[in-house]
Amino acid sequence: MDHYFKDQVLDFKRKKNVSMIKSKKTILFIYLTLLSLLSYGQNGGVAMADEMRSNGKIYVVIAVMATILAGLILYLYRLDRKISRLEKDADQ
Amino acid sequence: MPVPKLPLLQETIRNLYFHVCMWFAMMILFTISVVNAIKYLRTFDLKYDIYSRHFAVTGIIFGILGYATGTIWASYTWADPNKPATESFSTIARDPKLIGAAIALLVYFAYLILRDSMNDMDKKARISGVYNIFAYAILFPSIWILPRILPSLHPGNEDNPALDVKNDIDGSMRVVFYPAVIGWTLLGVWITTLKIRFSILKEKRMSV
Repeated sequence: MDHYFKDQVLDFKRKKNVSMIKSKKTILFIYLTLLSLLSYGQNGGVAMADEMRSNGKIYVVIAVMATILAGLILYLYRLDRKISRLEKDADQ
Repeated sequence: MPVPKLPLLQETIRNLYFHVCMWFAMMILFTISVVNAIKYLRTFDLKYDIYSRHFAVTGIIFGILGYATGTIWASYTWADPNKPATESFSTIARDPKLIGAAIALLVYFAYLILRDSMNDMDKKARISGVYNIFAYAILFPSIWILPRILPSLHPGNEDNPALDVKNDIDGSMRVVFYPAVIGWTLLGVWITTLKIRFSILKEKRMSV
């Protein structure tokens, strides 16, 4: 058994992938954004004439529009990054 | 554009153009997805499988946005402003429409997990095509039928119909609402075609 390398396993270290860390960060960012949105929608306490309920609750509509815009823009941004990655691969 | 003046809803009735349109767009995108799944199962052309997957993903995106906008809307209309939001939350979260929509979305999440967990192209396409039909079938009881039978705060019940002519939707709102549905759906279709073009290109590069 001379050809058996004892330390073979040690060479098998996991490489840190930069894009992996980046995408993890992006996912965390999206998650925290959504979390803040949830808490934004449910502010506690007595909320009779706060800002969201003023002017006939028009700010609720604005919050809803902002949510949709933010969601679609985040999604399109991710798609854009995927396409640029493909372009980079195509150049090589 | 003038809107009907209703207590409680007030200006938030304008959310009809956003929140409701999200669900309409989701429904249409899921329908296109299941049509492509059936087309794949008839022809075994992998092109249709790619179409089916991406339409489902965009449908899920619109579903999540519909859910998120719904939470915001409900917080200012269903929740009792005199109580802490956590107390109202337990009654709102029990609403059958919310649970039904959550089930429908989870079934579609499972579709993606099932799909992306397989490596063999043909097997993946065939199984996910069949699952897509099943997911579409479960969509109807969970978001269209069950919430209508059970008592719900959400409009769309027997004594609280959605898109009612007499009560909440008048002609001027319909003028905005139907084009908005078409517009949001076309936006979804456009995003999907971008994704389809992207993945067909990727597929071609992989096979070269």
